[in-house]
Formats: sequence, C-alpha cells, structure tokens
Amino acid sequence: MRPSAVRLLNILVPVKRTVDYAVKIRVNPDQKGVDLNVKHSMNPFDEIAVEEAVRLRERLKDEVKSIKVVTIGPTKAAETLRTALAIGADSAIHIEVPESAPAPEPLGVAKALRAVIEREKEGVDLVIMGKQAIDDDAGQTGQMLAGLMDWAQATFASKLVVDPKKKEAEVTREIDGGLQELKCRLPLVVTTDLRLNEPRYASLPNIMKAKKKPIEKLTPAELGVDLKPILETIKVTEPPKRVGGGKVENVDQLIAKLKEAGITPVKS
Amino acid sequence: MATRETRLRAISLYKELHRLGREYPDPAYNFHKKLRGLFEKNRNLSDPQEIEKAIKLGEYIRNETLALYSLRKYRYLKRMYPQDSLSDPPL
Repeated sequence: MRPSAVRLLNILVPVKRTVDYAVKIRVNPDQKGVDLNVKHSMNPFDEIAVEEAVRLRERLKDEVKSIKVVTIGPTKAAETLRTALAIGADSAIHIEVPESAPAPEPLGVAKALRAVIEREKEGVDLVIMGKQAIDDDAGQTGQMLAGLMDWAQATFASKLVVDPKKKEAEVTREIDGGLQELKCRLPLVVTTDLRLNEPRYASLPNIMKAKKKPIEKLTPAELGVDLKPILETIKVTEPPKRVGGGKVENVDQLIAKLKEAGITPVKS
Repeated sequence: MATRETRLRAISLYKELHRLGREYPDPAYNFHKKLRGLFEKNRNLSDPQEIEKAIKLGEYIRNETLALYSLRKYRYLKRMYPQDSLSDPPL
C-alpha cells in the first residue's frame, strides 16, 4: 500500500443505502427477506461518519487533502452519494451492481473497499465508517477491512482526534462498562458510534452545489472482486408478538403468578 | 417594496420548506397546504420590515422542522442502539 504525502490526510468514507429508519419493516410472504419497496436513505451511522470527516476538515483545514465517499449499490445508490457530497465530501465512487443482485455481505464489501483503497494513487490514511448498518446490523465490515489491510482499527468511536503530522490518532471508544482511549498509528479504520457527533442537514443550496462534484463509476469486475454471497438466508420472521401484561393486586398474587409461569423460588 | 433580493430569498425558502415537507412524520398534518397557504397570504407585502419579518418566520419554521427531524431520528437510534449494550432495545 502506497503511503500518502507526508502531512496530508486522505479520508475515505464508505456509506450504505439502507431502508429508512422510520419505515415499518414487513417480512415478505416467502420469509426470505423484507419488503424493499420502501423509502431508503443513508445509514444513520454512515451519516455520522461523513459528518466526522467534514468536521475533521473544519478543524485541520488544509491538512485534510481529500474526503472521498464510496458506496456499493444499484443506480439509485447515487442519491446517497449526492447526500454525502452535499454534507461536504469532495468526490464519490459508485460501485454499481444490478438492482436484482443480492445485497453484498460484509466480507465482500471489505474486499471491494480494499480494492478501492489500493487503486487510490494518493493512498488512503483514514477510513471512517458506520459501526453497523441498520438493515443487517452486522457490524463486521470495518473490522474485516482493517484485518484485510493489516491496519489499526478503532471501533465504536465516540471521539476522534487526529494528528496528521505525527500520523497518529487518539480515539475514545464506547465499550461495556465505560470508555476506552486508544492511541493509533495511521493508516486507521474508525467505525462510528452514535455519540460521536450529530450530522448536519444537507441544505438545498449545498445539494445543488454537490451536483457538480464528480462521481466515478466502477463495477465489481473492474475491481477484481466477486460480491456473490457465501451465506444463505434460510428464514426471516418477525419477532414474537408481545403478549399483554397482567396486573396483580398484592404480593401473594405476584408470587402465585410467578409460580404459574414456572419460576421456582430459591432458598436464601 | 419587494426587491429582487427578497423575492429570491422567499422563493428559495419556499423550495427548501417544500422539500423538507416531504418527510413530515404526521400524515394528518398537511404541510404543503399550510406552506402554500402561508406564502400566498403574504404575497402582496410591500413594507420591507414586514417582508423581513415574514421571511424570518419562514426560516424559523424551517429550523424547527429540521430540529424535529433530527431529534426524532436521534431518539429512535438511541432507543434502538442503547449505550449500555447489555440492555435490550424495547419491543
């Protein structure tokens, strides 16, 4: 992997077009998937990633050389790229797949991202991406990418401070039971957690300006990547319907109901 | 007098609000009808102060709508992806 120019950061932000968070998901009759004929938008964690890249540029100014966004998806995924460009990215890469193609899996995505990084003439120093997508909740792509690239990784980031001169970053991670602070060497993969920032709204004037920013189109074949799924979805079902709760009058009734439910008391 | 400048501001504000209205969460609230109605009501303003006041009100509504959308999204995400990963998201 070619190192980038000594003190300038090239940031890559992969984004995903997912079913919009507000949509009520319905399982298809064949129980193999969900109804995708609904509103889509950028994965909220990826919005946070784009916002973080733009904020890094606001803080570091000229030390951030470029912010590129990339997505894998059908033609419509270009809208997601336009939103990212409107928030502040410089250019975009659209890895186009047919509408009918099955959704790529995290390993496939990571391999495609690796191919994108390797073909970047100026190199990539920092990849910022969402910690998980709200449609599959896999939460694997960032980690797989770091593994494939043999790069440092800092996942579930709630704070990111980058020092391009030292080629280091300090990341605060959200872990069970609190926060962890890591010092990482670039190049680095960061995955964003909810509390990293609050994404800005892409205003209409910015959306118009973004139409002039370049989107490069690529195919998986051009990248030398096969996105065919290696996992098979056997069944998709809704969670069990919530059964109504009951009210009890006193403690004795509570104990009786618990016994009914099969909960046996423990000798203290 | 409505100058060219205020005309352009009003039109671009209308376009922005119109686009925002597409995502309004309450189907019972006719955002676009209200938007059109309010702009039409003020179409013949001539006093520059009144025009400025009306535009400012429109911008205020735009900002409030944006705040509504981002709070709604943030609240949903916070419920679904709680800080303490040991707690389940609510049904």
